[in-house]
Amino acid sequence: MPVRVSNLSKRFGDKAVLENLSFELPDRGIAVIEGRSGAGKTTLLNIIMGLTPPDAGVIDGLAGRRVTAVFQENRLLESWSAMKNIRLVCDRAVTDAQIRAHLAEVGLSGEERTPVRVLSGGMKRRVALVRAVIAPGDILVLDEPFKGLDESTRGAAIRYVLRHAAERLVLLVTHDREEALAMNAAVTISLGGDDAWTPPCIWTGSG
Amino acid sequence: MRPSTTSPEKHLIRALAVLFWLGVWQIASMIIGQEILLVSPVRAAATLIDLMGRGSFWQSVFSSFGHILQGFALAAGLGLLLAVLAGVSRVVRVLLEPLMHAVKATPVASFVILALVFIRSERLSVFISFLMVLPIMYTNILAGIGAADEKLLEMAKVFRIGPFRTARSVYLSAVYPHFLSACTLSLGMCWKAGVAAEVIGYPRHSIGEALYMAKLNFDTPDIFAWTLAVILLSVGFEKLILALMRLLGRALGGE
Repeated sequence: MPVRVSNLSKRFGDKAVLENLSFELPDRGIAVIEGRSGAGKTTLLNIIMGLTPPDAGVIDGLAGRRVTAVFQENRLLESWSAMKNIRLVCDRAVTDAQIRAHLAEVGLSGEERTPVRVLSGGMKRRVALVRAVIAPGDILVLDEPFKGLDESTRGAAIRYVLRHAAERLVLLVTHDREEALAMNAAVTISLGGDDAWTPPCIWTGSG
Repeated sequence: MRPSTTSPEKHLIRALAVLFWLGVWQIASMIIGQEILLVSPVRAAATLIDLMGRGSFWQSVFSSFGHILQGFALAAGLGLLLAVLAGVSRVVRVLLEPLMHAVKATPVASFVILALVFIRSERLSVFISFLMVLPIMYTNILAGIGAADEKLLEMAKVFRIGPFRTARSVYLSAVYPHFLSACTLSLGMCWKAGVAAEVIGYPRHSIGEALYMAKLNFDTPDIFAWTLAVILLSVGFEKLILALMRLLGRALGGE
């Protein structure tokens, strides 16, 4: 079922962050959301995740669908291990071996039991990424998920998402055009012009 | 910045501080020279050792310990429950606020005298310890709930991990340090208040009764020995409860 956003608006005080935003997303595949800082990318994701109510407009196609996310911040339990953080969001059917295999795919072998607080920023980001991918869900929201990763780990992380998210709708917020290209997005939504809000541009790519 | 001290050094410094004050006490008792006013620490310790050889001493210790432990446990349990309810409902929070302030501000002696009308003297120390600990537990746990990380709560909501897992992961981590601090604050206080209640209520086979009898008989060495026993019990009780809480925190993932 496609996700249909109709006339979505959101203001914070005097500032209109989103105004009459409408677009449609496919049932599955990758949609890139881009735009300058303050254009409302994270606000849009928060509305989709049910964390922020819109002032006006509706989103159809979310009912009964589970969302998992990599937030702008890692939002991990710092005193818990990577394994425990991931286990927290998993069904019982997911085994420790599966979690270990996912962590290995993003280069975190041997760090399963390490408390998150002692991991580097890039390692924490990858734990947050694995948590979002391995958790049961239909929509994967990624808010700048590769931020703080060096080139090689970023490549591995992008391949990891592409491998495991094929059956889901992936919403990726990024400032990086290369990243967007590497993700082979089906749809690109551009929020906000340089001077003022402009309607979103939607490209349908080959992906 | 002051140089940090290692753990053995810290223990040595503490031991030296205790020795210093024991020395001051010994000198003061030698200067006064009247045991009925101030016994020496050596005499107090000798009297305590003598008391420890009697069955009645242990009977009183276990009885008081049991009552104070009951009061503490009840207050910890109810404080947790009320703080959770107050965390969920603003109405409960507003309703409980003046009650907790009143309990905190009321003198122990007033509670003891009022409570004696309704409660048997044997149960008085349970009630008084409970009353002393309850507002501390409630206030601290509620502060812990309020300190729960909003961003983590949003994460829990998005991932739909449910109320139990949210409580265990997000709230426990936030509440746990506040709960430990409440335990540290209230453990000594519940001993002080519990024994004070026993002295006034005079229940049989209790530390309070022993202290009261020693006072009636002008038996200053006994008063000091029993006081020393209360201090040791209070410190031991605090260490034991805090160690148990740390174990519990680790088991539940709060640390």
